[in-house]
Amino acid sequence: MESTARAFKANVHEAIADANLQAVMKRFSEGFSAKRLLAVERLPEFEALRDAARDIKNHVLENLDLYLEQFESKVVESGGQVHWCTDAEQARQTILGICRDAGARTVTKSKSMISEEIAINECLEKEGIRPVETDLGEYIIQLRHEPPSHIIAPAVHLSKHQVADAFREHHTGYPSTRVLDDPEVMLAEARAVLRSEFLAADVGITGANMLVAETGSIVLVTNEGNADLTQTLPRVQIVVASLEKVVPTLEDATTILRVLARSATGQEQAVYTTFTTGPKRSDDADGPEQFHLVLLDNGRTDMLGSEFREVLRCIRCGACVNHCPVYAAIGGHAYGWVYSGPIGAVLTPNLIGIEEAGHLPNASTLCGRCENVCPMRIPLPRMLRQLRERQYAQNQAPKAIRFGLSGWAFLARRPSLYRVATAIGVATLGMVGRRKGRLRRLPMAGGWTTARDLPAPQGRTFQHMWAARGGRRQ
Amino acid sequence: MAAPRPKVGLFVTCLVDLMRPAVGFAAVKLLEDAGCEVAVPAAQTCCGQPAYNSGDSGDAAEIARQVIDAFEDFDYVVVPSGSCAGTIKVHYPEMFAGDPEMLEPADRLAARTYELTTFLLEVLKGGNIRQQYLGVAAYHDSCSGLRELGIKTQPRALLSGITGLELREMRTTETCCGFGGLFCVKYPEISEKMVDAKASDIIATDVDTLLGGDLGCLLNIAGRLHRRDSKIKVRHVAEVLAGMTDEVPPIGEAE
Repeated sequence: MESTARAFKANVHEAIADANLQAVMKRFSEGFSAKRLLAVERLPEFEALRDAARDIKNHVLENLDLYLEQFESKVVESGGQVHWCTDAEQARQTILGICRDAGARTVTKSKSMISEEIAINECLEKEGIRPVETDLGEYIIQLRHEPPSHIIAPAVHLSKHQVADAFREHHTGYPSTRVLDDPEVMLAEARAVLRSEFLAADVGITGANMLVAETGSIVLVTNEGNADLTQTLPRVQIVVASLEKVVPTLEDATTILRVLARSATGQEQAVYTTFTTGPKRSDDADGPEQFHLVLLDNGRTDMLGSEFREVLRCIRCGACVNHCPVYAAIGGHAYGWVYSGPIGAVLTPNLIGIEEAGHLPNASTLCGRCENVCPMRIPLPRMLRQLRERQYAQNQAPKAIRFGLSGWAFLARRPSLYRVATAIGVATLGMVGRRKGRLRRLPMAGGWTTARDLPAPQGRTFQHMWAARGGRRQ
Repeated sequence: MAAPRPKVGLFVTCLVDLMRPAVGFAAVKLLEDAGCEVAVPAAQTCCGQPAYNSGDSGDAAEIARQVIDAFEDFDYVVVPSGSCAGTIKVHYPEMFAGDPEMLEPADRLAARTYELTTFLLEVLKGGNIRQQYLGVAAYHDSCSGLRELGIKTQPRALLSGITGLELREMRTTETCCGFGGLFCVKYPEISEKMVDAKASDIIATDVDTLLGGDLGCLLNIAGRLHRRDSKIKVRHVAEVLAGMTDEVPPIGEAE
């Protein structure tokens, strides 16, 4: 996917001015977090499960080659093929090749963030192959030519009316004067349209929530069942998954499932949780004839060897996104690439470079709510800080900030000088602000005073007052 | 023979020092009333958090060294701020994780450092507070204090002993106010949105007072409340606990 992360500030400005988006985000921030809390409170062993899930993934990361090789041999044993791809281009070419060989004209897709990473839809379209997103949210944004704005709820930024407009524009088989107001009616319409696409598809492309090394199975989790129709009906199934999705055993997979849906939507389980192993077997009623597993690196092994290794524990639940106050203020598109919210702020610089995505790790107050709710206990605030360290060391921090910080640090390390300098500043500001007790405007402080008054300092520093009354120093 | 009075070093914090010394004096009063011997080392300026959070680990470590040295000799180090206490307790050991020579004193300082309300409640067993404050107040849970140090029930427990004070909980009490140190000036538009949401929630909670344990948050919230012409009084929790609300007007208000 093309990045606009560099234009973060402009994206933010646009997002904050977008009345539609702001109204939606207001409702959003209350919904998901309340549901998660309820689910967590109902499960006494939730904290223990978080620890177990984290430990499973840590173990996998320490033995990634072992489990990937075991997974591959099991997939092959079950009649599937594994394609190891280093980067996005290699993955695209591999997928294209499989589709061409299958004579594909229509390809259905279930939701896959990694397919967004490699921009497979665009690639297929260029070759005259029609990809159809079947997750309702993904389908809607495909109609609108938009990227997803949330890891699990890609169209969360849209209001009902915007969805209705998209249907009206693209579902030309329906009378244009029909009323599209009732979500049930709109859902039924989307379902009918997508039904024929499911049946027409030559190839189905899915992601994978997990890859199970023990059996060579993939795990697919949806609320709509679209992944099941995507993987079962066409002749050819392609699974695109990044390396770190593998888990050792079925037992491990279920441990992670117990925290996945609860963290994402507050459900105990998603409506459809499907374990699939290889293509259709001779005694299966249905299923694809071919099963292709595209195993993609795309920067993961680089992260494995870095201080950001722990972010590879991510199971893409979206809990961090749901609880982030910055995300709630600006929505997902402002982040400029596939992943938004706190996970996006760490992943995006790692995957597309810190120069391109430099704003993301800085646009955070490090409030820590993300780490608080992450089922895999990923230390996201620490990683945001580590990214900032990298930027500072590489001289990428904005000059004004560097300058200000150096000045501050220079003084802070010289307490006597600090006291003199700050006493002057504070006395001046105190004098200026004495009448009202606060300032509406202050030169060079536009960032603060545009929307806030600045409380005036008392006028004398504590250190001076303490010294004046002969306060004890040791 | 009386037990020796605990020797407490007050870590003033840069914001209290520069913007609102009254908070520092309230902290001193609370500690002395509870039987502590309080000193304020001169060689302190800042905990280094602005540098640390901006990725300037070099300057952060230098400032940390200074703090560690200045507070070497105290039984306890008490801080009227969750984020500064968190920096000392949680992040100083992190900063020196690869430096065994500095890690040892950093760990020792971390073990002796407490945020003010936690110290009053847990170490001083309530601190002998007998004050009154007539009003209805909400308490804002500052992020670092809440999530790094587990500060939640301590200030509320202390405030429940203040005669005449009714506490009401904001719906979004644990949501970030948008200050975030340098964040509020690096990303002012986002910060404004966040503080505005916080202000709306405070106003909707129908209180006349907003209290908190971190001056950064309080300056930010007060600034937005005032810009919205709200009359809600904003104070640091220490001012109410020390019974010093007659000595200094609420944050951002004139004498």
